[in-house]
Amino acid sequence: MTRFAYVAPTSVEEAVSVLFDAKGVAKLLSGGTDLLVQLRAGRLRADLVVDTKKIPGMSGIAAEPGGGFTIGAATPCAVIGEHAGLVAAWPGVVEAACLIGSTQVQGRATLAGNLCNASPAADSVPALIAARAVVVVAGPEGQREVAVEKIVVAPGRTSLARDEFVLAFRLPPRPARAADAYLRLTPRTEMDIAVVGCGINLVLAADGSIASARVALGAVAPTQLLVAEAAAALVGHRLDAATLAALEAATRAACRPIDDKRGTIAYRIKVAGVLARRAAVIAYARAESRR
Amino acid sequence: MSKLHVAATINGEPAEFLCEPQQTLLDVLRDELGLTGTKEGCGSGDCGACSVILDDRVVCSCLVLAAEAEGARITTVEGLATGDVLHALQRQFLEHAALQCGFCTPGLLVAAKALLDRNPNPTETEVRYGLAGNLCRCTGYDKVIRAVLDAAAEMRGETVA
Ligand SMILES: Cc1cc2nc3c(=O)[nH]c(=O)nc-3n(C[C@H](O)[C@H](O)[C@H](O)COP(=O)(O)OP(=O)(O)OC[C@H]3O[C@@H](n4cnc5c(N)ncnc54)[C@H](O)[C@@H]3O)c2cc1C
Ligand code: FES
Ligand code: FES
Repeated sequence: MTRFAYVAPTSVEEAVSVLFDAKGVAKLLSGGTDLLVQLRAGRLRADLVVDTKKIPGMSGIAAEPGGGFTIGAATPCAVIGEHAGLVAAWPGVVEAACLIGSTQVQGRATLAGNLCNASPAADSVPALIAARAVVVVAGPEGQREVAVEKIVVAPGRTSLARDEFVLAFRLPPRPARAADAYLRLTPRTEMDIAVVGCGINLVLAADGSIASARVALGAVAPTQLLVAEAAAALVGHRLDAATLAALEAATRAACRPIDDKRGTIAYRIKVAGVLARRAAVIAYARAESRR
Repeated sequence: MSKLHVAATINGEPAEFLCEPQQTLLDVLRDELGLTGTKEGCGSGDCGACSVILDDRVVCSCLVLAAEAEGARITTVEGLATGDVLHALQRQFLEHAALQCGFCTPGLLVAAKALLDRNPNPTETEVRYGLAGNLCRCTGYDKVIRAVLDAAAEMRGETVA
């Protein structure tokens, strides 16, 4: 790896000022499973690496009194998968986080890194968007909260200022009859990058019809897509054949994928519709069982 | 650039070293501390040959900066045996001939130890998924999986068939 300096600030304020004062390129380090690979391959250069993990409170999961959850930005995905409360309330977010890499990668990889690496194929991002997750961002003016879908602006680029970083993710409280699901297609079951990913979050009404829905897609556009038309196809209906067909059509219509070695444009569009249908069925069944 | 001073616990012993900021934990284990059991296959997190246990979780040491190890507890393959007595996993790997060239073996042993530490009674499927981050070009994995399952049984005090 090319030479860089390393600092591990021990407070949020120190981290912000280190980022602000940095000469040249400063990169934040959470699990390092994207950053160190890129630095080593020479795809990225850094003058300063700022390790977030020594800041108190960066790692860990808190169940909020109101029913939501706060997940520290440096919490490894393996820890997310072991949190019973989170698994029960947000199974889709958890399954997306736990799809990232091997056991070794799971021990390090974080949601913040997955989001801020800004890959169109990042697995946790569609699930977080579908879940209406909010990012807590620290910066010189203090903290602000931003919807996850506002962070990635282009492949490899985020909307964060150079002296801002992600402190935590907030997941909203969960009513009864609500659940989410995430599915991705990869040629093999482990250690691969999504050809398409789809996160769906449903809240059911007492009569079993869908009261509200969020549908988000990965790897079918330069950034993750929140597909309002696909959600609209679900609201007010049960998952009958016509509703699923409308969901599939709306999902396919939103896709703007590229051709690459993982899949052609036509294949990705087709698969996006299939995954949306299947994820909706899973989320619906989970929601029904959470009365 | 000045070197960083790092103090950690490696295989139960206090260890101190100086490192460059860009050196990985793998670089330091092998090149500074002489712990060459941990191998470098890919350097990109794909092969698992560099697996070590860092604060109770198996990680790729090629994707950890040495500086991040400050205050951490690390177990490498050298820490598995107790004196001259091999760990059950090491014995079962020999028993099953679960290696040919052996390059992947330290990483597999460490990853398998981490797996059994968390789950002493895994199914075959759990072992296969749990070790999916460890690539082996020689064995075809079957013998590895059987060695891990038999080591688990032995460690639970069951007689191995
Ligand atoms: C073998 C292997 C398999 C993988 N498989 C998958 C997979 O299946 N699915 C998938 O989606 N990804 C996969 N990845 C990619 C990677 O593991 C994930 O994207 C992971 O979530 C990155 O998290 P991290 O904490 O390691 O990020 P880091 O490498 O620490 O950081 C990634 C980027 O985010 C920035 N960043 C980190 N923390 C913050 C913060 N708090 N605030 C602002 N910016 C920050 C960094 O500066 C960097 O640009 C894989 C990687 C490897 C090596
Ligand atoms: S050398 Fe670390 S995963 Fe291959
Ligand atoms: S024994 Fe040769 S790579 Fe596994």
